[in-house]
Amino acid sequence: MITIQDVKKSYGAAVVLNSVNLTVDKGEVVSIIGPSGSGKSTLLQCINGLEAIQGGTINVDGTSVHARGTNLNRLRQKIGIVFQQFNAFPHLTALQNAALAPRRVLKLSKKESHDRARVQLEHVGLGDKLDFYPQQLSGGQQQRLAIARALTMSPSYMLFDEVTSALDPELVKEVLDTMRMLAREGMTIVAVTHEMSFARDVSTRVAFFDRGMVLEVGEPRKIFSKPAHARTQEFISRL
Amino acid sequence: MSNTYFVGLSFQSLLFLLEGAGRTLLLGFCAGFFGTLLGLTIGWLRFQSRIAAAVLAPYVDICRSVPLLIQIILVNALLGVFGVYWNAFTTGLLVLALYAGAYFSEVFRAGLHSVPIATIRAGRALGLNGLQNLAHVVMPIATRVAFPGWVNIFLGTLKDTSLVAVIGYVELLHATQILITQTQQALIVLLGSGAVYFIMCAVISSLSRRFEIGIPK
Amino acid sequence: MAYQFDWAPVWHAIPQLLSASLVSLQIAALAFFVGAVIAFFLALGKLSPHRLFSFPAKAWIELARNTPCLFQIYMIYFGLGALSINLSPYVSVLIAITFNNAGYSAEIIRGGLAAIPPAQHQSARGLGMSSASAYMWVVIPQLLPVIYLPSVSQFIWSLLNSSLGMIVGLNDLTGVAYQLQSVTFRTFEFFAVTAVIYYVMVKIITTLSWIAGLYLVPGWSGSGRR
Repeated sequence: MITIQDVKKSYGAAVVLNSVNLTVDKGEVVSIIGPSGSGKSTLLQCINGLEAIQGGTINVDGTSVHARGTNLNRLRQKIGIVFQQFNAFPHLTALQNAALAPRRVLKLSKKESHDRARVQLEHVGLGDKLDFYPQQLSGGQQQRLAIARALTMSPSYMLFDEVTSALDPELVKEVLDTMRMLAREGMTIVAVTHEMSFARDVSTRVAFFDRGMVLEVGEPRKIFSKPAHARTQEFISRL
Repeated sequence: MSNTYFVGLSFQSLLFLLEGAGRTLLLGFCAGFFGTLLGLTIGWLRFQSRIAAAVLAPYVDICRSVPLLIQIILVNALLGVFGVYWNAFTTGLLVLALYAGAYFSEVFRAGLHSVPIATIRAGRALGLNGLQNLAHVVMPIATRVAFPGWVNIFLGTLKDTSLVAVIGYVELLHATQILITQTQQALIVLLGSGAVYFIMCAVISSLSRRFEIGIPK
Repeated sequence: MAYQFDWAPVWHAIPQLLSASLVSLQIAALAFFVGAVIAFFLALGKLSPHRLFSFPAKAWIELARNTPCLFQIYMIYFGLGALSINLSPYVSVLIAITFNNAGYSAEIIRGGLAAIPPAQHQSARGLGMSSASAYMWVVIPQLLPVIYLPSVSQFIWSLLNSSLGMIVGLNDLTGVAYQLQSVTFRTFEFFAVTAVIYYVMVKIITTLSWIAGLYLVPGWSGSGRR
């Protein structure tokens, strides 16, 4: 379970996260929607400690992410994250990309890491692209590679940071389908997204994020048809 | 012990150093000037014509593969073979200009190559003739790209003037060496001339950075 | 033309010149490789947010790049000499060129690192890799092909700069050539041949490194030229 309590973050004088509260239970799919620049991506990167916070706490399975003694590297093995820009490692093939973390972090043997990588790449539909370099793959394929790469670590949670925003429209579907598949399989997902179809159809809960805080959170049906806050309503109506 | 630091060093010494610095700047700027002209010409020729590129390539190649010190001594000796006895400044200027010109030509050639063909064609499509296109479209872009590299080579030329000491030019470093021998205060003299070099280069670097920022992109 | 060319003394001295060339190569190689290791730390130091690391790194780089190499040789040879640390020409030149090389190589490395998106390091961290691991398996493999050719240029630069050692009495190629010509007065002949030897050395190094690069540097396909 991920608990985000009263989290505050600023860059110098600019306040980015203004008392954020959210919980994510095991097996949930939480979509975070909201206007650009509201701090959603930053929040996601705080969850696995890639960004620091100046107030509040974030707990993952009981471990406080930003506490001094926390082993972030160990924690990040439990949390997979996929970014908007695919960030595949260009000097490695798809197989090597996915096998890198199991090999160097989990210290698995070359064979074991390659096996894991192969399984996950097939899982996301890239089984025939094992020896391709990222530059030879389409945007959608690179994004699925990034997902497979995160999955090889057998994470308990997957964070998706606007993973379809940089893709050409015709490539968005394959990535969303992969995310839907993971949701069906029971993965706990937190996804910052602009894809309302995903938010509406796949999420267990939708959180509306505005100006650095979670303004409203609830079932998709409620958020999309009968939002409680005026700003939520404004945002929904503009879609 | 510490009192003896100022024995032998005097105001004259400082003047002597500054005179040397002046000669460094003089030779450096002259060589930089002529070298730039040479580099522009050669860079342009190598960019335009395959034949020119092939003919001029050995010149650039040799300048970059033989130590400058050797080039200075060699040209000086060669001139002597033909009975030409120029002073150290002129010989140094000749060699430094040729040397810098080779490096400048590489920078300018890269700058010219960096102008996208689409941009060049756009200029011609607007009706500009070859020369106008060169002046108003190509050169502004090429020089903007080449500027940082140009500054680097220019600073290098300033520093390379220190080598012309070997044929007798009393620029800053040669003056330093003479002072060291005269006053036996190596450390102070060296620190002094090091500071002068550093200031020269740092000033030019920061001026050029300001110039770069000032150029509208 | 009153000058009579006399190449004989030069031909006789070729073995001497060639063995002196080895000294030049030795200095260049040592200065380059030791300098490269130092340069890596200088580059990281310069990028570090801690003044303790960034100030010395920046100072080293700026001093190395804003003063002539010959000055740096004087500094070690005469400067340390004034402090009663009397180093041989060989050691002085070696230290000076290593110092010089480290400064320039640091900037090459820094430029290469800047070309790698920070997201690469971040993605590796996101997968649970430690910072050191991320550098080793993700950043550096992408850095090497980018800095390879500039580094070869640096090596050649070190070789050419070693000639400055002649002025403080070093017995490298230039130094030996100078000594021999001062005895025989065949300045032009000796230095012409010396120039050719340098040229050939540089050409051999360039070719060998190009070939070596294809095999040893992952992801480098020989693009760009020297």
